[in-house]
Amino acid sequence: MAGAVTASAGRRRPAAIPPSAGRLLRTAALALGAAVAVPLAVLFSVWAAPQTEVWEHLAATVLPGLVRNTLVLLAGVGAGTLLLGGGLAWLTARCDFPGRRWLDVGLMLPLALPAYVLAFVVQGTLDAAGPLQSALRAHFGPAAPGFEVRGTGWVVAILTLAFYPYVYLLARQAFLALGRGTLEAARLLGLGPWGTFFRVALPAARPAIVAGLSLALMETLADFGAVSVLGYDTFTTAIYKAWFGLFNLPAAAQLASLLLLFVALALFGERRLRGRARFHETARGAPPPRLRLTGARGWAAAAAAFAVVAAGFVVPTAQLVHWAWATASAELDARYLSLLWRTLLLGGSAALVTVAGALVVSLARRQFADAPTRAAVGLAALGYALPGSVLAVGVMMCFAAVDNGLNALWQMAGGQRLGPVLGGSIAALLLAYLVRFLAVAAGPTGSALERLRPSTVEAARSLGARGADLLRRVYFPLLRPGLLTAALLVLIEVMKEMPATLLLRPFGWDTLAVRVFEFTSEGDWRRAALPAVTLVLAGLPPVAWLARRTTAHADGD
Amino acid sequence: MFPAPVRRLALLLACALVLPTAAHAAEVVVYSARVEPLIKPLFDAYTKETGVDVRFATDKEGPLLARLQAEGENTQADVLLTVDAGNLWQAAEAGVLRPVDSAVLRANVPAQLRDPGDRWFGLAIRARALVYSPERVKPDELVSYEDLASPKWKGRLCLRTSKKVYNQSLVAMMIARLGEAKAEEIVKGWVANLATEPLASDNQVIEAIDAGKCDVGVVNTYYFGRLLEEKPGLKVRLAWPDKVGPGVHVNISGAGVTRHAKHPAEAQQLLEWLSSPKAQGLFASLNLEFPVNPAVPADPKVTAWGPYKADPANVADAGRLQKQAVMLMDRAGYR
Repeated sequence: MAGAVTASAGRRRPAAIPPSAGRLLRTAALALGAAVAVPLAVLFSVWAAPQTEVWEHLAATVLPGLVRNTLVLLAGVGAGTLLLGGGLAWLTARCDFPGRRWLDVGLMLPLALPAYVLAFVVQGTLDAAGPLQSALRAHFGPAAPGFEVRGTGWVVAILTLAFYPYVYLLARQAFLALGRGTLEAARLLGLGPWGTFFRVALPAARPAIVAGLSLALMETLADFGAVSVLGYDTFTTAIYKAWFGLFNLPAAAQLASLLLLFVALALFGERRLRGRARFHETARGAPPPRLRLTGARGWAAAAAAFAVVAAGFVVPTAQLVHWAWATASAELDARYLSLLWRTLLLGGSAALVTVAGALVVSLARRQFADAPTRAAVGLAALGYALPGSVLAVGVMMCFAAVDNGLNALWQMAGGQRLGPVLGGSIAALLLAYLVRFLAVAAGPTGSALERLRPSTVEAARSLGARGADLLRRVYFPLLRPGLLTAALLVLIEVMKEMPATLLLRPFGWDTLAVRVFEFTSEGDWRRAALPAVTLVLAGLPPVAWLARRTTAHADGD
Repeated sequence: MFPAPVRRLALLLACALVLPTAAHAAEVVVYSARVEPLIKPLFDAYTKETGVDVRFATDKEGPLLARLQAEGENTQADVLLTVDAGNLWQAAEAGVLRPVDSAVLRANVPAQLRDPGDRWFGLAIRARALVYSPERVKPDELVSYEDLASPKWKGRLCLRTSKKVYNQSLVAMMIARLGEAKAEEIVKGWVANLATEPLASDNQVIEAIDAGKCDVGVVNTYYFGRLLEEKPGLKVRLAWPDKVGPGVHVNISGAGVTRHAKHPAEAQQLLEWLSSPKAQGLFASLNLEFPVNPAVPADPKVTAWGPYKADPANVADAGRLQKQAVMLMDRAGYR
């Protein structure tokens, strides 16, 4: 048999690595855990002063509704991204239909569109004042039937369109990685196509799907931009209400820490449920043949996939371009080059730093099972679930405290005031990105590592590969696809990131997302179209690369 | 181990990390919640005139205030600029602003538009007016904010979300004037009259009226002015709710000098310049706001809406009572 999936019971650890390298790895993982933990600890420390008045008020008025809204949203976006992301991943990875190669890449494109941009475009296009309904009214008179782009259904649909690519990307890679032997074995043992999907492919892809799903759900929890455009109040609304409305940052931090606790429990629960099964592809073999969908079934598949690409990318981008065209002559100038350059530079740097961090964390998780390492690894995934502004303020407070300490020390030693050292530096901003996006990079990195067979490492070892050599010649080539995926994801995420960039950027370091903010914060959505569309276009090459790479990987060899 | 582009990027990054920020002979540093397109032309004009460099960082008020507090005496910021009085009041309360003793500012900024303790000063007026459909509403039906709670507006009112500070300030000023019980009754009346759930922006309120979803709404005038420039065919008009009661609710975009400013003299000069006729004219034309300086006329597009009677109460109340207002709106079910 050419290949098989082995589900090995019990944790099989790769053979011990040299103690010195192990110590280094573990120290690095602990340091990363601490880097994430300190800003979070700053948030949790506010529990020392309970804000009874705010809590009582929120509990008596808006909180129950917000919690209900949030749970409904999580359930909706969870189901939506699973169906759309998982289903389309299976369709493009294991089936063939007209236009599949185009749609393969196209289905990733919505990733280039920030959720808040998608929300304002959909609303601006379809809502009562938009061109569609205006035309209806012009034709049928004021009594023409209308609808509002608000409410649960719209929010779920828009966030699903914005976030399904996470599930799609990771699930598709997992489906593509299934060997011919695995699927043939399943068929030989009497499973039909559906049985193969549910009993073999799905369990094998589960870590990847869960990684994608948790990214989508954490984005949903942390989202404030899209839900406020659509007027849908969630738990995040309560956080910002406490902070901006009631001027009570401690209460906001307390609410945010509850959000974290919820995510931590959910992630922990999933790990427990998944149990100890590990899946390893024991041999590569030729890629299995695709299920050819012919006739009406093929066209239906193509139409469904195209509808998703159209709704999630083509139509909104066309609308953005249309709006941007109107402002381009007044707004577009040489500054956009520097905005673009800074956006890419920050994204690229953050991608390097964050992927390195994710690699350390994933390796440490594989190598060590002691409580401190496990805690560090668990913590590293949490930054993504916090609303961006809250995390940014946590990071900012840490840097300010360090700066104040440094200044005090320096002045005690007789020096002049130093002013901010870390605050407002690129280093601070990169650390904030690391804290926020470690979870994004950890998904693909971790999935890649899980697929790395212990036997490969053992074989390399027995052939004399050690330490850095082992890393360079065995780990790195095998992990490269996963690492590149992680890097591209972080790059795209950082390009879209707004709150941390706003608060921590050095003076004058505006990015495209900052430019979007300069207009949207005054409600000027249409003028925000130009920076938004520039951001989307700048995000296209990495997204397309991400999609193409994984396709070539599957069809090429 | 790493390809050349990666190495080059790392080198570049290392340079960016260690390069000290260039030292300026004369500069002033501003933390601004007023966005770049609405301040940069002013700062550029100031630099051109005085040679003083203005460096600024834009963000929302909450994070900027948290940053000022966390940075303490090591902050670089000399000036905090916001788009509402509530956040300035809050900043003053938090002790991050210092009193400025300036005869120029006192002369240029009317007393009700600055801190009684001289820690912040209004620089532009943002008036909250009514907008209505001329087809479905007669202008003389529009008398005051309170009147929007009357049953005749049932199913005809559009409001922006209560999460926006402009509405919080409006309700705070109502609490100051009428007391909490009466204000809550009015807000409940508004909620009962809503044609649709509260909207995300002032623009959406205007567009909802244009689309026929509701007949009347409450917005800041410059949103209406800007939208009208963009869509001249808008079937919406503006009315001043000053026929009964104290007059139109006004908020300010304003600024104060930080407690730990490194360039306090330059900061004060900048504020004084911003209140001067020349800068006030720019303020007015950049965003169709009203100048605070009574000697400076508003933009012709703005004066076309006619004169109005402004609420004479000090805008500081908006900050003092903001928390109470937010809680009140939560209780009243105003989302």
